[in-house]
Amino acid sequence: MTGTIPLQYFLVISTLMFFIGIYGFLTRKNLITMLMSIELILNSVNINFVVFNRYLYPQNLQGHFFSLIIIAIAAAEAAVAIAIIINIYRNFRSIDVDNVDEMKF
Amino acid sequence: MNSEVMFYLLAGMILIFSVLTVTSRKILRAAVYLLFVLISTAAIYFMLEYTFLAAVQLTVYAGGIVVLIIFSVLLTSHISEKAIMADKKQSLLSALSVGAGALLTLITIFRFTFIKSDLPAQTSSVTDVGNALISYERDGFALPFEVISILLLAALIGAIIVARKEKDNAIVK
Repeated sequence: MTGTIPLQYFLVISTLMFFIGIYGFLTRKNLITMLMSIELILNSVNINFVVFNRYLYPQNLQGHFFSLIIIAIAAAEAAVAIAIIINIYRNFRSIDVDNVDEMKF
Repeated sequence: MNSEVMFYLLAGMILIFSVLTVTSRKILRAAVYLLFVLISTAAIYFMLEYTFLAAVQLTVYAGGIVVLIIFSVLLTSHISEKAIMADKKQSLLSALSVGAGALLTLITIFRFTFIKSDLPAQTSSVTDVGNALISYERDGFALPFEVISILLLAALIGAIIVARKEKDNAIVK
């Protein structure tokens, strides 16, 4: 199905997606949008694993299982992070990182 | 020919919607753009013929995490609220450092020669995936499977404990 597309093109997509995610993480102030940037970063790493698996080691499925496990970890991380964010909102009435500057409430 | 057109379409979608995800000032729209990125990624997995992984990507990421994010957006901010962004100087400096990092990585990628393997591909049907997940022999993934199940249990309990309302000392603020 991949035809004559070289491996590098997939790596270009995942590299650009990774750095766009980092840019979002650096410039966003809202905790939920920062979480969305983290999801972008994790997703780009998944593309890398899967493409290396398909092009360089098609006789194994290691990259495939790595991606599967990363997806499970991302889901767990998002659930815990959103629980924490909602708790922060309950205490501070805001989820901007500039306003959340004390640990004790 | 066809798969190339498809690939460029998906690549364009991924890049455009990634940029919109991190720059859109409306948080709910950013979440929907993220959904488009995740669906395009699933389409790339379909192109690479890992259909089970693509199905998991669609159900867990596009179905689960995005819905969770949209719910928490609705719980924590007003629907017409504009997100606060970093000031000009900080965004410029971040863009510069991110651009430098991307350039360095891209140069490294194109200077390295990858040797494409011609071995016959291992099939990744649901039966193969299931057998590999419970096998403890070579090419089996029983240990990571067990570890991930313990992690999921811990995340479940942790999320309940964090989000629970305490009964006796009610909310202070």
